Amino acid sequence: MNKQFEPVIVGFLCNWCSYRAADLAGTARIHYAPNMRPIRVMCSGRVDPQFVLKALREGADGVMIAGCHPGECHYVEGNIKTLRRFILLKKMLAQLGIEDERVQLIWASASEGIILAEAVNRMTEQIRALGPLNWQEKVLGGGNGHGHPAVIEPAQEAEEVLYD
Amino acid sequence: MTENAKPKLAMYWASSCGGCEISILNIHEKILIVDEVFDIAFFPCIADFKTKDVKGYPDGYIDVCLFNGAIRNSENEEMAHLLRQKSKVLVAYGSCSYEGCIPALSNLTTKQATLDTVFLDNPTIDNPEGILPQPRYEVPEGELELPVFYNTVKSLDQVVDVDYYLPGCPPEPPQIWAVLEIVVAALLEGAPLPPKGAIVGARDVAVCEECPLEKHEKTINRFYRPYEIIPEPGLCLLEQGLVCVGPATRAGCGALCPQVGMSCRGCYGPLDDVEDQGAKMLSAIASVIGVGDPSMEEDELEREIQAVVDTIPDPAGTFYRFSMAHSLLRRANLNGGNGKGEAK
Repeated sequence: MNKQFEPVIVGFLCNWCSYRAADLAGTARIHYAPNMRPIRVMCSGRVDPQFVLKALREGADGVMIAGCHPGECHYVEGNIKTLRRFILLKKMLAQLGIEDERVQLIWASASEGIILAEAVNRMTEQIRALGPLNWQEKVLGGGNGHGHPAVIEPAQEAEEVLYD
Repeated sequence: MTENAKPKLAMYWASSCGGCEISILNIHEKILIVDEVFDIAFFPCIADFKTKDVKGYPDGYIDVCLFNGAIRNSENEEMAHLLRQKSKVLVAYGSCSYEGCIPALSNLTTKQATLDTVFLDNPTIDNPEGILPQPRYEVPEGELELPVFYNTVKSLDQVVDVDYYLPGCPPEPPQIWAVLEIVVAALLEGAPLPPKGAIVGARDVAVCEECPLEKHEKTINRFYRPYEIIPEPGLCLLEQGLVCVGPATRAGCGALCPQVGMSCRGCYGPLDDVEDQGAKMLSAIASVIGVGDPSMEEDELEREIQAVVDTIPDPAGTFYRFSMAHSLLRRANLNGGNGKGEAK
């Protein structure tokens, strides 16, 4: 049986607008892709770029950051900070070979459940077309090897080159 | 080999520039104390030991091994395993072995691209037959072997267990001496060693804390590369638009670079509890961008911020100058391959 690839999208949704937009999408019974796993943060400006990188490394196929429209931030300009960070992050992610569609920033106010749902649908289809990211396996070749002593197989890479 | 009761010291270079060896000599006349206390068991830079000498030592024979350099090829990895086996305490000495340093910037590209540049494409290369180094080569006398060049540069702790980390490119002499003193006290007087995995010879504050330059609130509308402006003396370099990695870098160096007009490069690595120095620096840089306010239209806002971001030509190379191998993503995803073959 041919199983369709279901992307995993980690969503960072701000407490004041976008998480409420997701709530509204639910209460309004809008049908949309179930691929986004929402995480509520107090403000989209809370999203440390480390969160995004870690999600991608740990198996997410995409990351969505959602916040209030510029000018409507509960903390006046938290979302402006998000945008500055996001634009710089996107430039860096391109260098790291992460496709543009995999990390997206959207604005959805508390009344815009439909906008959030459409964004999730759109992003799911875009990432489905790209295929799985699977950073651990595809890019790092299985070994975790990050941070404190994660011992990987001795000279594994050399053996593969020499004996394959 | 003369047998005596002195503790055994080793220092080895893997993929490195040799600056770490020089840094040891930078402790000046204290090097005599090092010689007095330690017996040198392996130190290719200054003494004629061979790998087979090390192989002949019993396990744990070397008391302290200072390992500098990243893991770039199969020889580096083999030596890392050998020295781990033969050493009681293995120290990742300097930025390369701690977190990849400059060699690991090639994780942004591929092995093939690196070899092409070095052996084929550079303007000074004369290699009409396009000969590239081969791990194995048959000659009439027999088979020759070269180490296998890896696609991904690794830090020392990504191939073996590491006891301590001594950051810096290279580590600063007062810090080296401070660490040697701890080791000497532990070996001679039985003083306690720091907990395993500790970052020694550095502080747990940012470089800005040690930097004497005058700092104000920062709002930057254009970033500059070092050759583009002559910074005003005495004033924070980041404030002047030079990308200074000081806010995201561990102190210990005494903020030497910013004091002579060169913004912090970031060689002491991230602070405690930070996994990814580049991400933290990216955050810091983004929050000093001065343009954009909530009254603007969304398009205009994006355009203005993008214009400022465009003045940073190489964010990954700038923010991860020393920490690419130890970063969250560790390398770029290029053509899906990393020399280990794609997991199918």
